[in-house]
Amino acid sequence: MYLKGENISFGYKKNNFILKNVNICLGSGEVLGLIGDSGSGKSTLCKILAGYEKNYTGTVSIDGKKIPDGVYNPVQLIFQHPEKAVNPKWKMKDILNESYVVPQKILDSFGIKKNWLNRWPNELSGGELQRFALARALSPKTKFLIADEITTMVDAITQVQIWDSILDMVDELNIGVLVVSHDKKLINKLCHDIVYMSDLINI
Amino acid sequence: MEDIDRITTKKARNNEALLKVKDISLSFIQYTSGLRQTELKVISNLNLEAYSGEILAVVGSSGSGKSLLAHAILGILPSNARLYGSMEYNGQPLTQEKKEEIRGKEIALIPQSTNYLDPLMRISNQVIGNVNEKNKESIKKLQRYVFQKYNLKPEVDRMFPHELSGGMIRRVLVSTAVISSARLVIADEPTPGLDEKNLKETLSYFKDMANKGCAVILITHDIDAALKISDRIAIFYAGTILEEANIEDFANDGENLRHPYTRALWNALPQNKFKAIKGHQPMQDEIIEGCFFYERCSIKNELCSKGIPELKTINGGLVRCNNVS
Repeated sequence: MYLKGENISFGYKKNNFILKNVNICLGSGEVLGLIGDSGSGKSTLCKILAGYEKNYTGTVSIDGKKIPDGVYNPVQLIFQHPEKAVNPKWKMKDILNESYVVPQKILDSFGIKKNWLNRWPNELSGGELQRFALARALSPKTKFLIADEITTMVDAITQVQIWDSILDMVDELNIGVLVVSHDKKLINKLCHDIVYMSDLINI
Repeated sequence: MEDIDRITTKKARNNEALLKVKDISLSFIQYTSGLRQTELKVISNLNLEAYSGEILAVVGSSGSGKSLLAHAILGILPSNARLYGSMEYNGQPLTQEKKEEIRGKEIALIPQSTNYLDPLMRISNQVIGNVNEKNKESIKKLQRYVFQKYNLKPEVDRMFPHELSGGMIRRVLVSTAVISSARLVIADEPTPGLDEKNLKETLSYFKDMANKGCAVILITHDIDAALKISDRIAIFYAGTILEEANIEDFANDGENLRHPYTRALWNALPQNKFKAIKGHQPMQDEIIEGCFFYERCSIKNELCSKGIPELKTINGGLVRCNNVS
């Protein structure tokens, strides 16, 4: 299964494109790294691939089919700041099970403790919240995961713990992952292949 | 070149520490239900010394209370905070009155977020701040000189913050500290979200300040960035500093590091083994009797669960662990 973005162009202002004719392809089970400078349009590309940004030209497709609106999107985006991606007025167990009932196995794999479930989001650290954000995104219907700087704000040990869990899960579920980061050393460690934003834009 | 830098900073070490933080603890009074109050401890038994001409990095994970340490030194904690322990600045006790007197003059904060600038004030005015009419000319000249050095063009002076990029704002914030002729600079998470080029540039500003004789405290969660420029690194964990190590100790498998947590952190870096230890940092509302690292430690013994380990000096660094010698 392939997630393809073809000839994607996008600008926040008229005639001021930050992405022009960008092509990117991600296969099932593949871990692909994406490196680029600040402001080069990495996050915008992520949002387009995951269906958050609609106002672009070009096509995003899975195996040649357009991704339909209004149903569960098989492309799930994880953000840098998990505290901004959870509802502060919900308890963690409601946040976790919003889209599907997360099986115990996934909870164990991410090291989510039982007593965290009854807490409010502001009672957990960023690394802990990020585990929830990942667990809830790994429903059986998810085929591709887009990780936009997801471990930039956590300490080195938590970073390894989170990536270990993700790589285990995606291997088992045969999910394709796009890893976006500034950290070349991290990308080198995690990814099968690396693309540079500057190369994508020049094509 | 590197070696020369190193020697000069070592030389500066002969004098006394500019800032001494002695055994401070910080807690917040919170209301639970109705009028019932609890005390939430966020910093406990923390010791720290900053020397002129040196960069001390305080490294810990985000949200673990590192910024509160900066706020405690500057005396800008909220009213429900209780601070215990003592601080010394330049050999004198650093009381709240003293903090209010010297902050912004001798102690400068470089804030974490780029939102700390006043959005309705022109850049040069907020960098210069409130000065006497007769000093205005000379300070204005100094500001222009410092801006020039950090590659901020003359037209920036009259711009508003929203017209500047993130990197430029960072440079403006650094200039503020340089102009204030501070002797102690505290930089709170200055690096997140910067790409490699901007990161290098930002870090070089701090090196610059230290070379001019400032004491710099760099608060960060990015141990990689800290290793590039600091002289010493303090490892912040669950509200205290477990180890203060010299930069040379971070090498090979970390066998020169004193605390098992520091070693684990070093080995978890992508360029090293990328291996994690199990477990999490304890939550702030968990009450812990012994060593904060007890649960995750591989060399613990019975003594470790009873009381916080004493701070020991070992091999030129400080450590809170019962099992090192």
